[in-house]
Amino acid sequence: MNDIAFLLNGTPVRVSGDDPTRTLLQWLREDRGLTGTKEGCNEGDCGACTVMVTDAGGTRALNACILFLPQLHGRAVRTVEGLSGPKGEMHPVQAAMVDHHGSQCGFCTPGFVMSMAAAQVNGATDHDDYLAGNLCRCTGYAPIVRAAETVAGTEAPGWMAGALPEVGAAPFAPTSSDELAAWYAAHPDATLIAGATDVGLWVTKQLRDLPKVAFLHACADLQKIERDGDRLRIGAGVTIAALRKAVAGTHPAFAELLRRFASEQVRQAATIGGNIANGSPIGDTPPALIAMGAVLHLRKGETRRDIPLEDFFLDYGKQDRAKGEFVEAVTIPASAAGLACHKLSKRFDQDISAVCGCFAIGVEGGKIANARIAFGGMAGIPKRAAAVEAALVGRDWTLATVTAALPAFASDFAPMTDMRASATYRLEAAQNMLIRYFHEREGQAVSVLEVTP
Amino acid sequence: MSVAKPLPHDSGPLHVSGRARYIDDVPLPANTLHLAFGLATVAHGEIASMDLSAVRAAPGVVAVWTAEDLPFANDVSPSVHDEPMLATGTVHYVGQPVFLVIAESHLQARKAARLGRIDYRERPAILTVDQALAADSRFEDGPVIWEKGAAEAAIAAAPHVIEGRFDMGGQEHFYLEGQAAFALPAEGGVVVQSSTQHPTEIQHKVAEALGLSMNAVRVECRRMGGGFGGKESQGNALAVSCGLVAHLTGRPAKMRYDRDDDMVITGKRHDFRIEYRAGVDETGRILGISFRHLVRCGWSQDLSLPVADRAMLHADNAYLLENVRIESHRLKTNTQSATAYRGFGGPQGMLGIERAMDHIAHELGLDPLALRRANYYAEAPGASPPDPQSISTTKKQTTPYHMEVEDFILHAITDRLEAASDFAARKAAVATWNAGNAILKKGIALTPVKFGISFTLTHLNQAGALVHVYQDGSIHLNHGGTEMGQGLFRKVAQVAASSFGVDIATVAITATDTGKVPNTSATAASSGSDLNGMAVKAACDTIRGRMAEFLAREHQTIPAKVHFENGRVFVGGDEIGFAEAVARCYEGRVSLSSTGFYATPKVSWDRKAGRGRAFYYFAYGAAVSEVVIDTLTGENRILRTDILHDCGASLNPAIDIGQIEGGFVQGAGWLTTEELVWDDRGRLRTHAPSTYKIPACSDRPRIFNVTLWDGENREETIYRSKAVGEPPFMHGISVFSALGAACAACGPHFPDLQAPATAEAVLAAVKRARGAA
Repeated sequence: MNDIAFLLNGTPVRVSGDDPTRTLLQWLREDRGLTGTKEGCNEGDCGACTVMVTDAGGTRALNACILFLPQLHGRAVRTVEGLSGPKGEMHPVQAAMVDHHGSQCGFCTPGFVMSMAAAQVNGATDHDDYLAGNLCRCTGYAPIVRAAETVAGTEAPGWMAGALPEVGAAPFAPTSSDELAAWYAAHPDATLIAGATDVGLWVTKQLRDLPKVAFLHACADLQKIERDGDRLRIGAGVTIAALRKAVAGTHPAFAELLRRFASEQVRQAATIGGNIANGSPIGDTPPALIAMGAVLHLRKGETRRDIPLEDFFLDYGKQDRAKGEFVEAVTIPASAAGLACHKLSKRFDQDISAVCGCFAIGVEGGKIANARIAFGGMAGIPKRAAAVEAALVGRDWTLATVTAALPAFASDFAPMTDMRASATYRLEAAQNMLIRYFHEREGQAVSVLEVTP
Repeated sequence: MSVAKPLPHDSGPLHVSGRARYIDDVPLPANTLHLAFGLATVAHGEIASMDLSAVRAAPGVVAVWTAEDLPFANDVSPSVHDEPMLATGTVHYVGQPVFLVIAESHLQARKAARLGRIDYRERPAILTVDQALAADSRFEDGPVIWEKGAAEAAIAAAPHVIEGRFDMGGQEHFYLEGQAAFALPAEGGVVVQSSTQHPTEIQHKVAEALGLSMNAVRVECRRMGGGFGGKESQGNALAVSCGLVAHLTGRPAKMRYDRDDDMVITGKRHDFRIEYRAGVDETGRILGISFRHLVRCGWSQDLSLPVADRAMLHADNAYLLENVRIESHRLKTNTQSATAYRGFGGPQGMLGIERAMDHIAHELGLDPLALRRANYYAEAPGASPPDPQSISTTKKQTTPYHMEVEDFILHAITDRLEAASDFAARKAAVATWNAGNAILKKGIALTPVKFGISFTLTHLNQAGALVHVYQDGSIHLNHGGTEMGQGLFRKVAQVAASSFGVDIATVAITATDTGKVPNTSATAASSGSDLNGMAVKAACDTIRGRMAEFLAREHQTIPAKVHFENGRVFVGGDEIGFAEAVARCYEGRVSLSSTGFYATPKVSWDRKAGRGRAFYYFAYGAAVSEVVIDTLTGENRILRTDILHDCGASLNPAIDIGQIEGGFVQGAGWLTTEELVWDDRGRLRTHAPSTYKIPACSDRPRIFNVTLWDGENREETIYRSKAVGEPPFMHGISVFSALGAACAACGPHFPDLQAPATAEAVLAAVKRARGAA
């Protein structure tokens, strides 16, 4: 039995799991004829396919285009067709969008109303963050935000509440890390899928067949964040959204970096473990984690090992991970008030870093006592700036010291030119980030995001 | 009266509930075939051999066609038959369709399309403007040159000469709905549903490909999920493929591009290099100016000639140039064929002179706004309080293409916007703020827009409509315009409702259909409501006239005494409901159906000579933007924007404001975050939203004030309104100008900011301002 069972707009449905990488979007549109959910990009970047998914953890907006059917088992899915009331009355966000002229061509609109409805359920009023994953090419967003503002703070209509389905065990989904460890050791060539925000594109864009998969969303013990003295152990299955919430008070710069991590829909699906394990040189969390001195916990079967995170990334596309071994957790300090994270991208929100620089520099008695500096986008892997650190440690914390350390960047990094930035710019911007970090610590205004007209 | 009311988009309730149907949402017959193109992987080369056996063997594949399999015209060009739908021997860009896969499902077609094995004899590819110039690779025999006065002599004699050169990038349309078409076989032909701004062009190309007359092909479009010019000609290949497959196999056929394919295959906004040389006096008054436009057109001609023309037509923007020379090179490159995009070259031409203005102001130490005002055309009489420069007291003022400017209102618009946006005080505050901030710098700028309204190909300035009034009093409305989100159908329905004096709900809006209104022009050039509104009004007025005549006869009065208002018809002293009046007319055997037709008056244009009245009128507006930059990384953002824009007497202020807000953000995106990057092998590296960044929600200005100018069109347009689709796009130039000002605050030199002003471009400009190489 590999049937997948969930609620679709309140109605129980069972779907064969014969094709575990069939996406919710394909199924909605092709099998169910529910064409309100749109395909705009098929890679989780435009939000036209946004749906609401509810489970015991709450309600979230997700991109249906990179959501595989097995991930829905036991959950409740609501599409735009299920947003209106029982008598056909408009949901308040629908009415607000019409009243405020929030739709023009209308193609992005179902995605927007689903994001807005999810925001209402969650009491979220940070519209720019919540809607960053919904692209609109017509309106310039102004009328959409006006609509969102009129709904902000209001109660979701009663019909939005609903029970979850009673279902059996999830197909393709181990329910604990022990179960996963045993299965993966036995099937080391399988693909592990957590949020599917990256693996989803292997399927929708690279058109890959994934013959053997396991979904990790049912491993509840991987989704824990545990305080252990002055350390915080973050399970690999913790979503970026959950992590952002958890570190908001203790790791302000990290939390701000996570605010700019992809979009709400992606943060609600993507996991910290996935962001590390896929080994991308431009993943957002590794530079920050490395700067914080994160320790990575790897597991294969019953064998566990801990390594400094920076040692995990060996070379482009190559990590220190054996076949059948997986990321179980990552540990960071319980607070990181001194950390600074500078993400540089073409667009502020929902973009991939051209350069991401993270700095943790300890100053004692006017002298630099310790320094951990890590960059993404500057090499084939997320990488520490060892030469820069060496040029700083032991010296006075002054602009002169910082300036003198700049040439060391060229020994640490030989970045590449691509569609995001040129090599020259990357190197210069990385150097300037250190200068900016200095001024930031000295209390100068350095962020364009904090300037008001 | 329905006209002038801020009614919501007619499809609003459908949009928000997911019930608005696009091509991909049409329920398909069970035996529908799905299509995908196999694409060229080199920028230029001859096909040495093609092995499609793996494609044919792939699951679900029904057939695979190459150019040789096409029975009639293998061409999807909208202009000069130079664009084979499937490559014939030579490929001209990476992404060019080479073969067509016909399969049982969309996914099967996509998967199979990647299995083609094609060997090429590669030939040198011409990718850049410099390479094209060096190889003299171009459309037309040489550059197009228009001249008024004697630019070179005036520049030579001028006290100051300022010259510069800059590059501005192209732009991906990024309509949220990708290209899509669907065709059903019909007796003797096909019926095509297409996401297109130009159903007649689709009809024409499908008929050509099928070897049929146009009367064998019917094309329908209810709505597009965005167009922006990208669906004027770029949908041809899909519709023709579907039409061919449906016709030849007898099975329905559907094709839609995956987003990456869409971006790799289809054309985009033309990127330009503009060189300028201006001779100015001490006050900054331009005595003579010359422009050289280097236009990267891509591999086929498509609409590049009129696009490049329109760039020349907007090289003056708002400024009276007595001695001007514009030279335009339409360069042929091995890249996607650049195509129509909102503004159609106008934005590029306009940015050229706005950039020159900023440069002149910088070199002469003049206030950029004062400089702009000093060069403005003179105000039209009656546009604003008496103006000493009023053209009634001076000789005729003409554009570089010798068209008289009679309706200029930018002095008044600028005055009002300057006051409303508190421009002077904010500019001083920006200077103060900059003095106190070492790392962050602000900039503020006001830029004007004067945009010409009409197709420059004169015969396109026509439109038709078909209106039926049914015996129950309901109205069925059809016209040649297409709905891509701009609210055209709503505006035109308002015109119809006003004509009959009925509530808007009485008017049913229907899909554009070549079987109802023939020989339509593309919904483009901002012309939709101007042309179709008038055609609809003509049709409605005809029916209303017949009704009035009949009812007057019945009531023994004259037609002039029959009035249609508030859903009632007043005849002499009597009053009856509209539906009842209709029923009586029906019983009285009055024809309640009519076509309507409109042809724009006054326009006459000779593009070769660069002379004539290219435009019926101009639309005007101005914008103030304030920005902040980070001088360490070049990161930047818009803080506030104020726009005052002229829609004449607006047909629907809510829709017009929506066009202005959306157009501005799209224009700002063009000049900031939206960067198209090709590698040195001609491969587009930014072919998905992961790498091509249109503005997101937080990129809109924090404070965003849009106001409509409260005037009316001096020309007799539909209810004296003005076109609004394209002109506001160019308010994005205010952001670019403000960014330049912020860079200039970093040092004494002209920052020479390039477009798009990505963080990288801004940092480079900051360094130039400081004098670093």
